[in-house]
Amino acid sequence: MNLKKTFLPLFNPLSKDNPVIVQVLGICSALAVTAKMEPALVMTISVTAVLALANVIISLMRNTIPSSIRIIVQLVVVAALVVIVDQVLKAYTYDVSKALSVFIGLIITNCIIMGRLEAFALNNRPWPAFLDGIGNGLGYGIILIIVSFFRELLGSGTLFGCQVFPQSWYDAGYMNNGLMILPPMALIVVACIIWAHRAINKDLQEK
Amino acid sequence: MKGLKRQIDKMKPQFEKGGKFEKLHSVFDGFYTFLFTPNETSHSGVHIHDSNDSKRTMIMVVLALMPCCLFGMWNIGYQHYLAIGSMDQGFLSMFIYGLFAVLPQILTAYIVGLGIEFIVAQIRGHEIQEGFLVSGILIPMICPVDTPWWMLAIAVAFAVIFAKEVFGGTGYNFLNVALVTRAFLFFSYPSKMSGDGVFVQLGAGQPVDAFTGATPLGQLASGSADTVITNIVGSPLTSSDIFFGLYPGSWAETSVFCILIGMAILLISGMANWRIILSGLVGGFIMAFVAHHWASPLYPVSYLQPLEQLGLGGFMFAITFMATDPVTACRTKTGMYIYGALIGIIAILIRIYNTGYPEGAMLAVLLMNCFAPLIDYCVVNANVRRRMRRVTVKNS
Repeated sequence: MNLKKTFLPLFNPLSKDNPVIVQVLGICSALAVTAKMEPALVMTISVTAVLALANVIISLMRNTIPSSIRIIVQLVVVAALVVIVDQVLKAYTYDVSKALSVFIGLIITNCIIMGRLEAFALNNRPWPAFLDGIGNGLGYGIILIIVSFFRELLGSGTLFGCQVFPQSWYDAGYMNNGLMILPPMALIVVACIIWAHRAINKDLQEK
Repeated sequence: MKGLKRQIDKMKPQFEKGGKFEKLHSVFDGFYTFLFTPNETSHSGVHIHDSNDSKRTMIMVVLALMPCCLFGMWNIGYQHYLAIGSMDQGFLSMFIYGLFAVLPQILTAYIVGLGIEFIVAQIRGHEIQEGFLVSGILIPMICPVDTPWWMLAIAVAFAVIFAKEVFGGTGYNFLNVALVTRAFLFFSYPSKMSGDGVFVQLGAGQPVDAFTGATPLGQLASGSADTVITNIVGSPLTSSDIFFGLYPGSWAETSVFCILIGMAILLISGMANWRIILSGLVGGFIMAFVAHHWASPLYPVSYLQPLEQLGLGGFMFAITFMATDPVTACRTKTGMYIYGALIGIIAILIRIYNTGYPEGAMLAVLLMNCFAPLIDYCVVNANVRRRMRRVTVKNS
């Protein structure tokens, strides 16, 4: 029981309290980086790393930050971490970094990060805050991966850049769905996930 | 007919509550009211009595579509035989060629769309609504003749589920279902929905040397100021060709003549509102006139005469059959004028100044569908404010 409670911040955001489909945060980047699976995966890892570290740092400083300037302090911490992530990506996965272009920099503006810092890290000890960061990052990532799976499969016929549909399908008249590559379809796929999720978890349904 | 009714009446108790096929009640009910007039109307009291139910409305619209539909079928055959250079074919064989070209599409649209409607009605325990009767015939009519059936099936399923059923089914959709289908196809499979190769069905035939599959608007969009629009074998299009629709396009939208017949049927039977059609035509004409007056070589379509501009492409069809859809249009009278005029203006605006899209009618109607509730809201509130002012002035 106690163990379950300790890991609640880690497992809760995966489904019941998912940042994207329940709290409806971070929708913007979910639309922007999910046309292919590889950038979506990199984005997931980046956001998880930034969120977990920022949560720990803010949690460590939570008693010394004056309430009136806490947003600025949070921004400085997040911005510093994002710059580090950006540099690491540029150094080791230059192609993906180019594909993600401004969206790595825009992690700063991702509502999930500021939301978790405000709502959780400021009131909790570092270890739960770390778990909360990992949990929310992964909860965000699950949705990104699911969305990008459908978008890449139906929109490009590939997964992680490898051809999935055989050439014989294309010869028989099959065509990739161009709309899946366009951002509106990401919104509809997210809507479908929310639909299925609410259908399973009836207690989440809004009246 | 009597015998059939007796037979069906005998089956009826099995489909009612407690019967063997209780779950299929709405399917039975749908077929029953399709065959026989339902006897479930109010006979007394303060209700408005009208013999015009939604089934009859739908049938009237389908009737109004028939001239375009039949002409479109013939035109497919005509364009086909013109393209392969065997014009000695008779009227009938052209018509039959077109009929068999579009029959799979019509069947696909109906089977997929009605199938989803039936399933959703069973799940929700609703009665089966007739809304898809019109959409099912409209959808193939506004697509190129060569659209593969599986693309059509996906698009119909998408449109029926996401534009209609999630909002509550027939009467609750805020976007025109047929146009959502077309928009889905247009953005998903652009190479099958526009360009020079999709509007004329060549089949196994070898095209003649002068053949070009481009629609008139397509020719203009890639042409220059002095481009002369031609039919598919290179002879110039006359005004009467444009009026009667002897040029390639989405197969039912080309003939202004047939659209006018359909428009007359809709207006006389009171299905369409004349305000939307009139303001749409006026809006389109003004925009075309303005564009023609300040025509520029950057946008070659702007050199078209205003009347030709209205007659070509899907503009007339969209104004007549899409903009007037009572579910997605404005409800207030002032709102209808605004809604119609903006559709006309935006359709021509997109067609001329967005060189990426040769036709703008679809996007214009969908865009204004989104704004229709807002327009209504503003009109109603303006009226409320005006009347409130009158009340307060009198009181003080």
